[in-house]
Amino acid sequence: MRIALFITCVNDTLFPDTGRAVVRLLERLGHEVVFPADQTCCGQMHYNTGYRRPAAKLAVRFAKTFGNADAVVVPSASCAAMVRDNYPKLGGNGSRLSRKMAQLGPRVYDLTEFLVDVLEVTDVGAYFPHKVVYHPTCHGLRFLGLGDRPYRLLRAVRGLELLELPGAAECCGFGGTFSVKNGDVSAAMGFDKARHAVGTGAEFLCAVDNSCLMHIGGTLSRQRSGMRIAHIAEILASTEKEYAHA
Amino acid sequence: MSATFLGLPPFPEAARAAVGDSRTRQNLHKATHTIRGKRDAVVGELGEDWQRLRSQGERVKTHTLRHLDHYLEQLEESVQRAGGTVHWAADAAEANAIVTRLVHETGEREVVKVKSMATQEIELNNALEAAGITAYETDLAELIVQLGEDLPSHILVPAIHLGRAQIREIFLRQMAEWGVPAPPGLTDDPKALAEAARVHLRELFLRAKVAVSGANFAVADSGTLVVLESEGNGRMCLTLPETLISVVGIEKIVPTWSDLEVFMQLLPRSSTGERMNPYTSTWTGVTPGDGPQNFHLVLLDNGRTDVLADTVGRQALRCIRCSACLNICPVYERTGGHAYGSVYPGPIGAILTPQLQGMSSETDKALPYASSLCGACYDVCPVAIDIPEVLVHLREQVAQGPGHTDEKALMAGADAVFGSAKALDAVQRAAGAVGGNLPRHLPGMAGKWTDTRDLPDVPGQSFRQWWNKRDQQEEEGR
Ligand code: SF4
Repeated sequence: MRIALFITCVNDTLFPDTGRAVVRLLERLGHEVVFPADQTCCGQMHYNTGYRRPAAKLAVRFAKTFGNADAVVVPSASCAAMVRDNYPKLGGNGSRLSRKMAQLGPRVYDLTEFLVDVLEVTDVGAYFPHKVVYHPTCHGLRFLGLGDRPYRLLRAVRGLELLELPGAAECCGFGGTFSVKNGDVSAAMGFDKARHAVGTGAEFLCAVDNSCLMHIGGTLSRQRSGMRIAHIAEILASTEKEYAHA
Repeated sequence: MSATFLGLPPFPEAARAAVGDSRTRQNLHKATHTIRGKRDAVVGELGEDWQRLRSQGERVKTHTLRHLDHYLEQLEESVQRAGGTVHWAADAAEANAIVTRLVHETGEREVVKVKSMATQEIELNNALEAAGITAYETDLAELIVQLGEDLPSHILVPAIHLGRAQIREIFLRQMAEWGVPAPPGLTDDPKALAEAARVHLRELFLRAKVAVSGANFAVADSGTLVVLESEGNGRMCLTLPETLISVVGIEKIVPTWSDLEVFMQLLPRSSTGERMNPYTSTWTGVTPGDGPQNFHLVLLDNGRTDVLADTVGRQALRCIRCSACLNICPVYERTGGHAYGSVYPGPIGAILTPQLQGMSSETDKALPYASSLCGACYDVCPVAIDIPEVLVHLREQVAQGPGHTDEKALMAGADAVFGSAKALDAVQRAAGAVGGNLPRHLPGMAGKWTDTRDLPDVPGQSFRQWWNKRDQQEEEGR
């Protein structure tokens, strides 16, 4: 299958390792990955902060850039949710955008959804000999309803010991501009999430959203906890031969 | 004088103080997590049926709101037919004036109160006090807040922010001023505290000639009003006095008695985590020789018809004040209710208050941003109010208004960068060149971030650059 990758602005700029991991993983599974060069940002930050018009412009850009793709894979649950849930609303009822998104939206997948639902694999042949906890981010958990997909993928990774994260369903407190506008509450939430994660004794905290990981990881780093963060794509892409986190 | 929410600082500022208060945070954490667990259990035992009940509740409320004019007139007729009197109040001032006049007409100088959000919304106690009438709160938690000259912190459990020791202190210090004093040897055992309150209140119940209540529901076709509670104090107020005045928001209507069925399951499970609440009181007009002989219903608008006009925001009027969204909210859990500076705190307060009273003050404007948009409130809401959707909708109104020039400039900048892949690439290259040499503490607004968190290093190469290089190499290799 020819898969269009929507890398997202945060991954593109700050977490290119995640993007490379997605490419490596999908190619290893025998698929062709393309990267439409016109893509930029999904507009989630604008939308959530109350700037609807710039968000709508980015939605139109997305629809143009990815209009012909068979499948669009996004290594970010929150950006996938933005595209799927909010783009149709942005154009208004019966608009061109909402008509286009009605067709394109169902072809947009978070990486874990794509693997489990479309490619129908849970064992992707990965090797990652570490103790790991999974943080189900709000957009993955409640907006996309990823359910047990990420857990099934992780459980199939050889060498990986999946530990249970207390209070897993609770928001980490990132929330885009919330982390700036309500810095104190955001930090308190991030602190509790980090405390829960460290308490498990895991070496890695993983998730389907690098934004949340950046926030929790920034907290872990400030506390010199030694715990590391990894996007789930990096764990799934890791093999004995190409082992990322030695 | 009772305290008032007016003039409290905007959320981020108030939240800072709350987050730093470890005793309050502990009380809140314990209380919200306990009730979350109870709710999960009783909702869970309904399995799939819960979602069906939930959509049924949503449907009844949506239908009623769509035909509110019709049902309001029907309610008025039914109440009058049953011997009650109906009053219409456009705003808080009007409602307060009506209640004050009604109490004056009885010749009484004191009223007992059933816990009610509507009377808090209009700050009735203050208005009565100004008119020389003392209002006694009879709900245990509400009593604690009143005695402590505090503000309620939660819709259902106004004293949720206080621990047992603090409550004991308040009782010992203040009960005597209001009536029967607390026993001198009072301990902070919950049973002892409840007993002190019982003795304190009993005298009031037996003495009071006038009661003021709200209502959880008002049934249009029969004119019946309904109050759900846990302690039975409400029922004392609703049955013993001669005159009963109920102040009820116009959105509290359900069309028929049988519609209650759905809400009698949704509300207790969502609010106290019980299958059924201990006391459900219903009253329909007056019945000679049984209960209050004068019944007044004050129907309160106070901004509600304005909310109805907003097609996105109006869903907030479906709220049945169960407080499940407060108990699940990670932001509320860490700040408590006072930080919201509004009678309705938590997620529902963040969308209801700015709609009811407009967004002219900084406190009101900050409310739609008092959420990380995690979606837990929507998930838990028994009438499926999409709180995140309304939050974003209100943020849009704030962002379109005057002020926050820094943010607008930032968004415009982002607009330019994300408007073209070339511009984004240029910014990425510039950032990549700085790489790991970013300052540890960022200036301005972003400083909030670096106060407590480390920023990741910017990698030397963006994904885009890597991809383009790889693409080229592949081309050349072919
Ligand atoms: S918004 Fe929903 S969850 Fe919150 S108090 Fe109202 S009914 Fe309950």
